[in-house]
Amino acid sequence: MIKVTDLKKSFNRTEVLKGINFEVNDGEVVVIIGPSGSGKSTMLRCLNFLERPDSGLIQIGDQTVDASTAKRSDINRLRLQTSMVFQHYNLFKNKTALQNVAHALIVSKKMKKSDAFEKSRALLKEVGLSDKEDNYPVALSGGQQQRVGIARALAVSPYAILFDEPTSSLDPEWVGEVLRVIARIAEERKTMVIVTHEMEFAREIADRVVFMADGFVVEEGTPEEIFDHPKNERTKKFLQSYRNSSARREAALQATEQFVSPEAP
Amino acid sequence: MNFDLGYMIEIIPELLKYLPMTLYLAITSMIIAVIIGVILALILVNRTPGILQIAKVYISFFRGTPALVQLLLIYFGLPQLFPAMNEMSAATAAIIAFSLNTSAYLAEIFRAGLQSVDKGQAEAAVSVGMTYAQAMRGIVIPQAVRNAIPATGNIFIGLIKNSSLAFTIGVTELLAQGKLMATANLRFFEAYLAVGLIYWALTILYNWLQQWYEYRIGKPYRV
Repeated sequence: MIKVTDLKKSFNRTEVLKGINFEVNDGEVVVIIGPSGSGKSTMLRCLNFLERPDSGLIQIGDQTVDASTAKRSDINRLRLQTSMVFQHYNLFKNKTALQNVAHALIVSKKMKKSDAFEKSRALLKEVGLSDKEDNYPVALSGGQQQRVGIARALAVSPYAILFDEPTSSLDPEWVGEVLRVIARIAEERKTMVIVTHEMEFAREIADRVVFMADGFVVEEGTPEEIFDHPKNERTKKFLQSYRNSSARREAALQATEQFVSPEAP
Repeated sequence: MNFDLGYMIEIIPELLKYLPMTLYLAITSMIIAVIIGVILALILVNRTPGILQIAKVYISFFRGTPALVQLLLIYFGLPQLFPAMNEMSAATAAIIAFSLNTSAYLAEIFRAGLQSVDKGQAEAAVSVGMTYAQAMRGIVIPQAVRNAIPATGNIFIGLIKNSSLAFTIGVTELLAQGKLMATANLRFFEAYLAVGLIYWALTILYNWLQQWYEYRIGKPYRV
Protein backbone atom coordinates (compact mmCIF):
# COMPACT_ATOMS: atom_id res chain seq x y z
CA MET A 1 0.00 0.00 0.00
CA ILE A 2 0.88 3.66 -0.18
CA LYS A 3 0.50 5.49 3.07
CA VAL A 4 1.23 9.18 3.48
CA THR A 5 1.25 10.58 6.99
CA ASP A 6 1.26 14.26 7.88
CA LEU A 7 3.14 15.35 4.75
CA LYS A 8 4.23 18.98 4.78
CA LYS A 9 5.98 21.07 2.16
CA SER A 10 6.71 24.79 1.84
CA PHE A 11 8.20 26.80 -0.99
CA ASN A 12 9.86 29.97 0.32
CA ARG A 13 7.65 30.12 3.42
CA THR A 14 4.48 29.49 1.40
CA GLU A 15 3.01 26.32 2.82
CA VAL A 16 1.81 24.22 -0.12
CA LEU A 17 1.09 20.98 1.72
CA LYS A 18 -0.25 21.49 5.23
CA GLY A 19 -0.30 17.97 6.58
CA ILE A 20 -1.53 15.48 3.99
CA ASN A 21 -2.80 12.06 5.04
CA PHE A 22 -4.00 9.50 2.60
CA GLU A 23 -3.73 5.87 1.62
CA VAL A 24 -3.83 3.80 -1.53
CA ASN A 25 -4.45 0.07 -1.26
CA ASP A 26 -2.81 -2.60 -3.40
CA GLY A 27 -4.22 -2.51 -6.91
CA GLU A 28 -6.32 0.55 -6.21
CA VAL A 29 -6.70 3.44 -8.64
CA VAL A 30 -6.89 6.74 -6.80
CA VAL A 31 -7.61 9.94 -8.68
CA ILE A 32 -6.72 13.27 -7.11
CA ILE A 33 -8.71 16.30 -8.20
CA GLY A 34 -8.76 19.86 -7.05
CA PRO A 35 -8.29 23.45 -8.17
CA SER A 36 -5.00 24.71 -9.55
CA GLY A 37 -2.62 25.53 -6.75
CA SER A 38 -4.25 23.08 -4.36
CA GLY A 39 -0.96 21.19 -4.01
CA LYS A 40 -2.00 18.00 -5.80
CA SER A 41 0.93 17.91 -8.22
CA THR A 42 3.35 18.83 -5.44
CA MET A 43 1.94 16.02 -3.33
CA LEU A 44 2.48 13.55 -6.15
CA ARG A 45 6.02 14.79 -6.76
CA CYS A 46 6.77 14.42 -3.07
CA LEU A 47 5.97 10.72 -3.29
CA ASN A 48 9.14 10.12 -5.33
CA PHE A 49 11.05 13.04 -3.87
CA LEU A 50 11.15 15.09 -7.06
CA GLU A 51 10.16 17.66 -4.47
CA ARG A 52 11.64 17.02 -1.09
CA PRO A 53 8.92 17.20 1.58
CA ASP A 54 9.80 19.10 4.75
CA SER A 55 8.34 16.45 7.01
CA GLY A 56 6.04 13.47 7.07
CA LEU A 57 6.15 9.73 6.53
CA ILE A 58 5.89 8.12 3.12
CA GLN A 59 5.35 4.41 2.81
CA ILE A 60 5.23 2.85 -0.66
CA GLY A 61 5.12 -0.91 -1.02
CA ASP A 62 7.62 -2.28 1.47
CA GLN A 63 9.65 0.92 1.82
CA THR A 64 9.05 3.61 4.42
CA VAL A 65 10.91 6.91 4.44
CA ASP A 66 10.79 9.72 6.98
CA ALA A 67 11.04 12.92 4.96
CA SER A 68 12.78 14.93 7.64
CA THR A 69 15.71 12.49 7.91
CA ALA A 70 15.81 10.83 4.45
CA LYS A 71 19.27 10.27 2.99
CA ARG A 72 20.06 9.84 -0.67
CA SER A 73 20.10 6.04 -0.35
CA ASP A 74 16.64 6.11 1.29
CA ILE A 75 15.35 8.28 -1.53
CA ASN A 76 16.77 5.93 -4.16
CA ARG A 77 15.10 2.95 -2.45
CA LEU A 78 11.77 4.77 -2.39
CA ARG A 79 12.05 5.80 -6.02
CA LEU A 80 12.43 2.20 -7.10
CA GLN A 81 8.87 1.63 -5.84
CA THR A 82 7.25 4.00 -8.31
CA SER A 83 7.53 5.44 -11.77
CA MET A 84 5.95 8.58 -13.12
CA VAL A 85 4.13 9.80 -16.20
CA PHE A 86 4.63 13.54 -16.67
CA GLN A 87 2.45 16.34 -17.94
CA HIS A 88 5.10 17.30 -20.49
CA TYR A 89 6.04 13.66 -21.24
CA ASN A 90 9.74 14.29 -20.51
CA LEU A 91 10.85 11.59 -22.93
CA PHE A 92 14.64 11.33 -23.12
CA LYS A 93 15.32 13.51 -26.15
CA ASN A 94 18.56 11.73 -27.05
CA LYS A 95 16.94 8.29 -27.18
CA THR A 96 14.57 6.53 -29.56
CA ALA A 97 11.15 5.39 -28.38
CA LEU A 98 12.52 1.91 -27.78
CA GLN A 99 15.60 3.18 -25.94
CA ASN A 100 13.39 5.42 -23.82
CA VAL A 101 11.53 2.39 -22.54
CA ALA A 102 14.58 0.13 -22.26
CA HIS A 103 17.20 2.47 -20.82
CA ALA A 104 16.25 2.22 -17.14
CA LEU A 105 15.95 -1.55 -17.46
CA ILE A 106 19.52 -1.73 -18.69
CA VAL A 107 21.25 0.75 -16.38
CA SER A 108 19.11 0.54 -13.27
CA LYS A 109 17.70 -3.00 -13.33
CA LYS A 110 20.89 -4.41 -14.90
CA MET A 111 18.84 -6.37 -17.39
CA LYS A 112 20.57 -7.85 -20.42
CA LYS A 113 20.20 -5.55 -23.42
CA SER A 114 18.46 -8.12 -25.58
CA ASP A 115 15.97 -8.92 -22.81
CA ALA A 116 15.38 -5.24 -22.10
CA PHE A 117 14.64 -4.52 -25.76
CA GLU A 118 12.38 -7.53 -26.03
CA LYS A 119 10.35 -6.41 -23.03
CA SER A 120 10.27 -2.84 -24.32
CA ARG A 121 9.02 -3.95 -27.74
CA ALA A 122 6.18 -5.81 -26.07
CA LEU A 123 5.26 -2.70 -24.08
CA LEU A 124 5.37 -0.44 -27.13
CA LYS A 125 3.06 -2.90 -28.82
CA GLU A 126 0.73 -2.69 -25.85
CA VAL A 127 0.47 1.09 -26.24
CA GLY A 128 0.08 0.73 -30.00
CA LEU A 129 3.43 2.09 -31.12
CA SER A 130 5.24 -0.91 -32.56
CA ASP A 131 5.90 0.95 -35.79
CA LYS A 132 7.51 3.91 -34.00
CA GLU A 133 10.21 2.19 -31.97
CA ASP A 134 13.08 3.81 -33.86
CA ASN A 135 11.59 7.30 -33.84
CA TYR A 136 13.12 9.96 -31.67
CA PRO A 137 10.69 11.99 -29.51
CA VAL A 138 10.97 14.94 -31.87
CA ALA A 139 9.32 12.80 -34.57
CA LEU A 140 6.36 11.74 -32.41
CA SER A 141 3.05 13.52 -31.77
CA GLY A 142 2.17 14.56 -28.24
CA GLY A 143 -0.14 11.59 -27.83
CA GLN A 144 2.49 9.18 -29.10
CA GLN A 145 5.12 10.67 -26.81
CA GLN A 146 2.84 10.29 -23.83
CA ARG A 147 2.12 6.66 -24.73
CA VAL A 148 5.87 6.01 -24.88
CA GLY A 149 6.06 7.74 -21.49
CA ILE A 150 3.48 5.30 -20.14
CA ALA A 151 5.36 2.31 -21.60
CA ARG A 152 8.55 3.62 -19.99
CA ALA A 153 6.79 3.89 -16.63
CA LEU A 154 5.40 0.36 -16.97
CA ALA A 155 8.74 -1.14 -18.01
CA VAL A 156 10.42 -0.95 -14.62
CA SER A 157 7.48 -2.87 -13.07
CA PRO A 158 7.14 -0.56 -10.09
CA TYR A 159 4.79 -1.10 -7.19
CA ALA A 160 2.79 1.95 -8.28
CA ILE A 161 2.59 4.35 -11.20
CA LEU A 162 2.13 8.07 -10.59
CA PHE A 163 0.41 10.14 -13.28
CA ASP A 164 0.96 13.90 -13.09
CA GLU A 165 -1.75 15.48 -15.27
CA PRO A 166 -0.97 13.11 -18.14
CA THR A 167 -3.31 14.77 -20.65
CA SER A 168 -3.12 18.42 -19.61
CA SER A 169 -0.68 19.54 -22.28
CA LEU A 170 -2.05 17.37 -25.08
CA ASP A 171 -3.98 18.70 -28.05
CA PRO A 172 -7.62 17.62 -27.65
CA GLU A 173 -7.31 15.17 -30.55
CA TRP A 174 -4.71 13.09 -28.66
CA VAL A 175 -6.38 13.02 -25.23
CA GLY A 176 -8.62 10.06 -26.02
CA GLU A 177 -5.87 7.65 -27.07
CA VAL A 178 -3.83 8.39 -23.94
CA LEU A 179 -6.82 8.00 -21.62
CA ARG A 180 -7.69 4.67 -23.28
CA VAL A 181 -4.19 3.37 -22.60
CA ILE A 182 -4.36 4.45 -18.96
CA ALA A 183 -7.80 2.87 -18.58
CA ARG A 184 -6.46 -0.42 -19.92
CA ILE A 185 -3.63 -0.45 -17.39
CA ALA A 186 -6.12 0.32 -14.63
CA GLU A 187 -8.05 -2.80 -15.62
CA GLU A 188 -4.94 -4.85 -14.88
CA ARG A 189 -5.25 -3.82 -11.22
CA LYS A 190 -2.03 -1.88 -11.17
CA THR A 191 -1.74 0.50 -8.20
CA MET A 192 -2.06 3.99 -9.63
CA VAL A 193 -2.29 7.55 -8.36
CA ILE A 194 -3.55 9.99 -10.98
CA VAL A 195 -3.69 13.76 -10.77
CA THR A 196 -6.01 14.99 -13.49
CA HIS A 197 -8.49 17.64 -14.58
CA GLU A 198 -10.48 15.14 -16.68
CA MET A 199 -13.52 14.68 -14.47
CA GLU A 200 -15.43 12.23 -16.68
CA PHE A 201 -12.30 10.12 -16.94
CA ALA A 202 -11.80 10.30 -13.18
CA ARG A 203 -15.33 9.09 -12.56
CA GLU A 204 -14.89 6.20 -14.97
CA ILE A 205 -11.49 4.95 -13.87
CA ALA A 206 -11.20 5.74 -10.16
CA ASP A 207 -11.82 3.33 -7.34
CA ARG A 208 -11.55 6.31 -5.06
CA VAL A 209 -11.44 10.05 -5.63
CA VAL A 210 -9.50 12.43 -3.40
CA PHE A 211 -10.42 16.10 -3.48
CA MET A 212 -7.61 18.45 -2.46
CA ALA A 213 -7.75 22.18 -1.83
CA ASP A 214 -5.41 24.69 -0.17
CA GLY A 215 -2.87 22.06 0.81
CA PHE A 216 -5.30 19.68 2.51
CA VAL A 217 -7.23 16.58 1.59
CA VAL A 218 -10.73 18.00 1.90
CA GLU A 219 -12.84 14.99 1.04
CA GLU A 220 -12.46 11.51 -0.37
CA GLY A 221 -14.75 8.73 -1.42
CA THR A 222 -16.04 6.67 -4.32
CA PRO A 223 -16.60 8.56 -7.57
CA GLU A 224 -20.36 8.50 -6.89
CA GLU A 225 -19.88 9.97 -3.42
CA ILE A 226 -17.62 12.76 -4.61
CA PHE A 227 -19.22 13.67 -7.91
CA ASP A 228 -22.89 13.03 -7.12
CA HIS A 229 -23.16 13.58 -3.36
CA PRO A 230 -20.27 15.74 -2.23
CA LYS A 231 -20.55 16.63 1.45
CA ASN A 232 -18.03 19.42 1.80
CA GLU A 233 -18.93 22.94 0.61
CA ARG A 234 -15.48 23.37 -0.95
CA THR A 235 -15.97 20.22 -3.05
CA LYS A 236 -19.44 21.30 -4.16
CA LYS A 237 -18.13 24.72 -5.19
CA PHE A 238 -15.25 23.21 -7.17
CA LEU A 239 -17.45 20.74 -9.04
CA GLN A 240 -20.02 23.45 -9.75
CA SER A 241 -17.43 25.77 -11.24
CA TYR A 242 -16.05 22.87 -13.26
CA ARG A 243 -19.54 22.12 -14.63
CA ASN A 244 -20.11 25.78 -15.42
CA SER A 245 -16.90 26.06 -17.35
CA SER A 246 -17.66 22.83 -19.23
CA ALA A 247 -21.11 24.13 -20.06
CA ARG A 248 -19.63 27.40 -21.25
CA ARG A 249 -17.18 25.56 -23.44
CA GLU A 250 -20.00 23.42 -24.83
CA ALA A 251 -22.08 26.49 -25.57
CA ALA A 252 -19.18 28.25 -27.25
CA LEU A 253 -18.55 25.18 -29.35
CA GLN A 254 -22.19 25.00 -30.47
CA ALA A 255 -22.23 28.70 -31.25
CA THR A 256 -19.14 28.31 -33.39
CA GLU A 257 -20.65 25.37 -35.23
CA GLN A 258 -23.79 27.32 -35.98
CA PHE A 259 -21.73 30.22 -37.16
CA VAL A 260 -19.68 28.03 -39.45
CA SER A 261 -22.66 26.11 -40.87
CA PRO A 262 -25.83 28.17 -40.32
CA GLU A 263 -28.05 25.62 -42.11
CA ALA A 264 -27.29 22.90 -39.60
CA PRO A 265 -30.18 22.16 -37.24
CA MET B 1 57.68 44.00 -54.12
CA ASN B 2 60.07 42.01 -52.07
CA PHE B 3 58.04 38.85 -51.56
CA ASP B 4 59.40 35.42 -52.41
CA LEU B 5 56.48 33.04 -52.85
CA GLY B 6 58.78 30.19 -53.80
CA TYR B 7 60.68 30.55 -50.55
CA MET B 8 57.51 30.53 -48.53
CA ILE B 9 56.31 27.30 -50.11
CA GLU B 10 59.77 25.81 -49.75
CA ILE B 11 59.92 26.28 -45.96
CA ILE B 12 56.46 24.82 -45.28
CA PRO B 13 57.67 21.18 -45.15
CA GLU B 14 60.37 22.22 -42.69
CA LEU B 15 57.80 24.04 -40.53
CA LEU B 16 55.41 21.08 -40.65
CA LYS B 17 57.98 19.01 -38.76
CA TYR B 18 57.04 21.09 -35.73
CA LEU B 19 53.32 20.67 -36.20
CA PRO B 20 53.30 17.51 -34.04
CA MET B 21 54.62 19.57 -31.12
CA THR B 22 51.85 22.13 -31.56
CA LEU B 23 49.25 19.38 -31.81
CA TYR B 24 50.71 17.59 -28.82
CA LEU B 25 50.48 20.74 -26.70
CA ALA B 26 46.98 21.61 -27.86
CA ILE B 27 45.40 18.17 -27.76
CA THR B 28 46.93 17.03 -24.47
CA SER B 29 45.98 20.31 -22.82
CA MET B 30 42.46 20.05 -24.21
CA ILE B 31 41.94 16.55 -22.87
CA ILE B 32 43.11 17.50 -19.38
CA ALA B 33 41.11 20.75 -19.52
CA VAL B 34 37.92 18.87 -20.44
CA ILE B 35 38.33 16.54 -17.47
CA ILE B 36 38.93 19.41 -15.03
CA GLY B 37 36.19 21.45 -16.71
CA VAL B 38 33.58 18.72 -16.26
CA ILE B 39 34.44 18.37 -12.57
CA LEU B 40 34.26 22.14 -12.08
CA ALA B 41 30.95 22.35 -13.97
CA LEU B 42 29.42 19.62 -11.79
CA ILE B 43 30.55 21.53 -8.70
CA LEU B 44 29.01 24.73 -10.08
CA VAL B 45 25.72 23.01 -10.93
CA ASN B 46 25.42 21.13 -7.65
CA ARG B 47 26.57 24.14 -5.63
CA THR B 48 28.44 21.90 -3.18
CA PRO B 49 29.17 24.24 -0.25
CA GLY B 50 32.86 24.84 0.42
CA ILE B 51 34.14 23.35 -2.81
CA LEU B 52 31.93 25.78 -4.74
CA GLN B 53 33.82 28.78 -3.38
CA ILE B 54 37.18 27.19 -4.20
CA ALA B 55 36.01 26.40 -7.73
CA LYS B 56 34.80 29.96 -8.22
CA VAL B 57 38.13 31.46 -7.10
CA TYR B 58 39.99 29.04 -9.39
CA ILE B 59 37.84 29.99 -12.39
CA SER B 60 38.08 33.67 -11.60
CA PHE B 61 41.89 33.55 -11.34
CA PHE B 62 42.54 31.59 -14.52
CA ARG B 63 40.10 33.64 -16.53
CA GLY B 64 41.25 36.88 -14.98
CA THR B 65 44.99 36.66 -15.59
CA PRO B 66 46.82 36.45 -18.93
CA ALA B 67 47.70 32.98 -20.17
CA LEU B 68 51.27 34.17 -20.72
CA VAL B 69 51.57 35.26 -17.10
CA GLN B 70 50.27 31.87 -15.97
CA LEU B 71 52.78 30.14 -18.20
CA LEU B 72 55.68 32.13 -16.77
CA LEU B 73 54.42 31.63 -13.23
CA ILE B 74 54.33 27.87 -13.67
CA TYR B 75 57.59 27.44 -15.56
CA PHE B 76 59.80 29.94 -13.75
CA GLY B 77 57.85 30.66 -10.57
CA LEU B 78 56.86 27.27 -9.22
CA PRO B 79 60.39 25.74 -9.20
CA GLN B 80 61.40 28.63 -6.94
CA LEU B 81 58.82 27.49 -4.39
CA PHE B 82 59.18 23.76 -5.02
CA PRO B 83 62.74 22.86 -6.04
CA ALA B 84 61.56 19.42 -7.14
CA MET B 85 59.85 21.09 -10.06
CA ASN B 86 63.18 22.13 -11.56
CA GLU B 87 63.04 18.89 -13.50
CA MET B 88 59.86 19.95 -15.27
CA SER B 89 60.32 20.34 -19.02
CA ALA B 90 59.11 23.43 -20.81
CA ALA B 91 56.55 21.40 -22.75
CA THR B 92 55.14 19.96 -19.52
CA ALA B 93 54.90 23.42 -17.99
CA ALA B 94 53.11 24.65 -21.11
CA ILE B 95 50.62 21.79 -20.96
CA ILE B 96 49.91 22.45 -17.27
CA ALA B 97 49.38 26.15 -17.90
CA PHE B 98 47.15 25.65 -20.95
CA SER B 99 45.14 22.93 -19.19
CA LEU B 100 44.43 25.05 -16.13
CA ASN B 101 43.66 28.14 -18.17
CA THR B 102 41.38 26.37 -20.64
CA SER B 103 39.55 24.41 -17.94
CA ALA B 104 38.37 27.65 -16.35
CA TYR B 105 36.67 28.70 -19.59
CA LEU B 106 35.30 25.23 -20.24
CA ALA B 107 33.80 25.05 -16.73
CA GLU B 108 31.46 27.93 -17.54
CA ILE B 109 30.59 26.50 -20.95
CA PHE B 110 29.84 23.08 -19.50
CA ARG B 111 27.82 24.59 -16.65
CA ALA B 112 25.67 26.44 -19.15
CA GLY B 113 25.41 23.25 -21.23
CA LEU B 114 24.20 21.23 -18.26
CA GLN B 115 21.74 23.90 -17.18
CA SER B 116 20.31 24.18 -20.68
CA VAL B 117 19.04 20.60 -20.46
CA ASP B 118 15.39 20.64 -19.40
CA LYS B 119 15.01 19.73 -15.72
CA GLY B 120 12.33 17.25 -16.69
CA GLN B 121 14.94 15.02 -18.33
CA ALA B 122 16.71 14.28 -15.06
CA GLU B 123 13.38 14.05 -13.23
CA ALA B 124 12.15 11.44 -15.67
CA ALA B 125 15.39 9.50 -15.30
CA VAL B 126 15.22 9.31 -11.51
CA SER B 127 11.48 8.65 -11.61
CA VAL B 128 12.15 5.33 -13.33
CA GLY B 129 14.74 4.36 -10.73
CA MET B 130 18.01 5.68 -12.13
CA THR B 131 20.48 7.16 -9.67
CA TYR B 132 21.73 10.71 -10.07
CA ALA B 133 24.96 9.44 -11.64
CA GLN B 134 23.11 7.20 -14.09
CA ALA B 135 20.79 10.05 -15.04
CA MET B 136 23.75 12.35 -15.69
CA ARG B 137 25.71 9.81 -17.70
CA GLY B 138 22.98 8.46 -19.94
CA ILE B 139 20.56 11.35 -20.28
CA VAL B 140 21.75 14.78 -19.14
CA ILE B 141 25.42 14.84 -20.18
CA PRO B 142 24.85 13.60 -23.76
CA GLN B 143 22.32 16.40 -24.27
CA ALA B 144 24.57 18.94 -22.56
CA VAL B 145 27.48 17.93 -24.82
CA ARG B 146 25.46 18.78 -27.88
CA ASN B 147 24.64 22.21 -26.46
CA ALA B 148 28.25 22.84 -25.46
CA ILE B 149 30.02 21.68 -28.64
CA PRO B 150 30.04 24.97 -30.60
CA ALA B 151 31.46 27.02 -27.73
CA THR B 152 33.91 24.27 -26.81
CA GLY B 153 35.14 24.22 -30.41
CA ASN B 154 35.84 27.93 -30.17
CA ILE B 155 37.92 27.33 -27.07
CA PHE B 156 39.87 24.55 -28.77
CA ILE B 157 40.64 26.72 -31.78
CA GLY B 158 41.82 29.40 -29.37
CA LEU B 159 43.98 26.84 -27.62
CA ILE B 160 45.63 25.68 -30.85
CA LYS B 161 46.71 29.23 -31.49
CA ASN B 162 47.56 30.04 -27.86
CA SER B 163 49.90 27.05 -27.83
CA SER B 164 52.28 29.34 -29.73
CA LEU B 165 52.87 31.11 -26.41
CA ALA B 166 54.98 28.09 -25.44
CA PHE B 167 57.79 29.44 -27.60
CA THR B 168 58.37 32.13 -24.96
CA ILE B 169 59.61 29.48 -22.53
CA GLY B 170 61.69 27.69 -25.12
CA VAL B 171 59.42 24.99 -26.53
CA THR B 172 60.20 24.61 -30.22
CA GLU B 173 56.81 24.40 -31.84
CA LEU B 174 55.43 25.88 -35.02
CA LEU B 175 55.91 29.55 -34.22
CA ALA B 176 59.33 29.08 -32.61
CA GLN B 177 60.58 27.35 -35.74
CA GLY B 178 59.04 30.05 -37.93
CA LYS B 179 60.80 32.74 -35.93
CA LEU B 180 64.07 30.84 -36.25
CA MET B 181 63.75 30.60 -40.03
CA ALA B 182 62.63 34.21 -40.31
CA THR B 183 65.71 35.55 -38.55
CA ALA B 184 68.09 33.11 -40.23
CA ASN B 185 67.16 34.23 -43.73
CA LEU B 186 65.74 37.67 -42.95
CA ARG B 187 62.57 36.67 -44.73
CA PHE B 188 60.10 37.68 -42.03
CA PHE B 189 56.96 38.08 -44.08
CA GLU B 190 57.28 34.70 -45.81
CA ALA B 191 58.11 32.82 -42.64
CA TYR B 192 55.39 34.29 -40.46
CA LEU B 193 52.81 34.08 -43.24
CA ALA B 194 53.67 30.40 -43.69
CA VAL B 195 53.20 29.87 -39.94
CA GLY B 196 49.91 31.71 -40.05
CA LEU B 197 48.66 29.68 -42.99
CA ILE B 198 49.45 26.43 -41.21
CA TYR B 199 47.43 27.52 -38.16
CA TRP B 200 44.62 28.58 -40.45
CA ALA B 201 44.57 25.28 -42.28
CA LEU B 202 44.57 23.48 -38.96
CA THR B 203 41.51 25.33 -37.72
CA ILE B 204 39.72 24.74 -41.02
CA LEU B 205 40.37 21.02 -40.73
CA TYR B 206 39.19 21.03 -37.16
CA ASN B 207 36.08 22.92 -38.16
CA TRP B 208 35.18 20.22 -40.69
CA LEU B 209 35.60 17.61 -38.03
CA GLN B 210 33.33 19.52 -35.67
CA GLN B 211 30.65 20.02 -38.31
CA TRP B 212 30.62 16.32 -39.02
CA TYR B 213 30.35 15.55 -35.30
CA GLU B 214 27.59 18.09 -34.76
CA TYR B 215 25.66 16.56 -37.62
CA ARG B 216 26.12 13.09 -36.16
CA ILE B 217 25.04 13.87 -32.60
CA GLY B 218 22.24 16.09 -33.89
CA LYS B 219 20.42 13.13 -35.41
CA PRO B 220 17.91 12.65 -32.57
CA TYR B 221 16.83 16.27 -32.84
CA ARG B 222 16.05 16.36 -36.57
CA VAL B 223 12.62 15.40 -37.82
